[in-house]
Amino acid sequence: MNNPYYQSQDLKKFKNISDWSPELGKNFFNYYNSVFKEGALSAREKSLIALAVSHTVQCPYCIDAYTQDGLQRGIDKEEMMEAVHVAAAIRGGASLVHGVQMMEIYNKRSM
Amino acid sequence: MGNKSLKTLNNPLSSAEFQLNVLSNGVFATGETPTFQDRITETGKPFLHPKSLEILQINLGYMCNQVCAHCHVDAGPDRKEMMTRITLKKCLDLIETTLVKTLDLTGGAPEMHPDFRWFVSEAFKLGVEDFIVRSNLTILRANKKYYDLPEFFKAHNIHVISSLPFYKKEKTDRQRGSGVFVKSIEALQELNAVGYGKPKTGLLLDLVYNPSGAFLPGNQKALENDYKKALNDEFDIDFNQLFTITNLPISRFLEYLIASENYDDYMKSLVEAFNPAALENVMCRNTLSIRWDGYLYDCDFNQMLDLKVENPIQHLDDFDLDSLQKRNIRISQHCYGCTAGSGSSCQGAVV
Repeated sequence: MNNPYYQSQDLKKFKNISDWSPELGKNFFNYYNSVFKEGALSAREKSLIALAVSHTVQCPYCIDAYTQDGLQRGIDKEEMMEAVHVAAAIRGGASLVHGVQMMEIYNKRSM
Repeated sequence: MGNKSLKTLNNPLSSAEFQLNVLSNGVFATGETPTFQDRITETGKPFLHPKSLEILQINLGYMCNQVCAHCHVDAGPDRKEMMTRITLKKCLDLIETTLVKTLDLTGGAPEMHPDFRWFVSEAFKLGVEDFIVRSNLTILRANKKYYDLPEFFKAHNIHVISSLPFYKKEKTDRQRGSGVFVKSIEALQELNAVGYGKPKTGLLLDLVYNPSGAFLPGNQKALENDYKKALNDEFDIDFNQLFTITNLPISRFLEYLIASENYDDYMKSLVEAFNPAALENVMCRNTLSIRWDGYLYDCDFNQMLDLKVENPIQHLDDFDLDSLQKRNIRISQHCYGCTAGSGSSCQGAVV
């Protein structure tokens, strides 16, 4: 596809969302930066959570950003892949747990 | 990763001129991306000038027992360039007359120079405050004749700075060659055994991290904590500080960037991370780098690009500090590597 909806260079323009709403943009980025600071969780742990969530929300910008962030922090590929599996397990589990609903309706309606 | 230098392979990237040409084209050719000179001009001072000279970095030669994938020196066993004893003596005279605080021996593997021990002993007598040897670690375990080097370093109060690209085997070996990690760990244990990196010994052992790929180093302190924990938990190794060094687009790392199609993106990320505050403390401002043949450079990176000091005095034979202090520091796009983010120098982050 020559002109995909997602363009990797758009990630660098993320800050431009403030152009059309400076106050909300500023608030968002302040909040964002505060969230990722070292706290009860380390910045390293937060980076891995962000990577997992990026896969759950299937955001290519976020996957790009947090894979590179992980590389810079010395997070290795085994750790990154385990984080992705956590996302996949929760996502898969979220489908599967609805099987209980299916089973209950099936049983209730069946003789 | 091969075991031959780009020079032996006749790779065009072994030519300084060719590399400078690459660095001036690509993302910089269209004028869309500012050159390093553009960035300096924006600060209001068109040239970078030296501060007082504190560090003399002497490159004893390009021979090395390793052929690392990221090496900006293109060092290896096949590199024969080596400082002569006559030039070494001139360096000793210079140390004595300039009263530099720090003497920094690098290479290649400086320990492989046949006059290494003689030179260290002589320089030690001159009493520099901080006497650094940049050791690749594996050389300490490469041959029996090097096994006593930790004791030799201790006897001369050497400050050992060693590359260990990561605290895990896979990334280290991918960058520096198979088996490097295990040998490096053994060497660190030997250094620890004589007191290096241990509290209250005064024997400094610092490690150098550089990214194993086309990305910038993370926070120096955070990585230092990770290194300390991992090396201590797994191997009972102690060290003093970790220095994060950005890979500069020179020689083998430049070749890797081009071959892996990361060059444009990497250069853009360096440019975007430009930090004017780092300009104050970049190492070219308080350092002089001496090549094996006595030529003078602003830093080891300029040495590899053969950007000699911009001054009528370009060689050790005619050394004149007053004249050299008035020079403009020579720059090209590779300099973005030292001003990205927290900055980078041979002693790690600068801001």
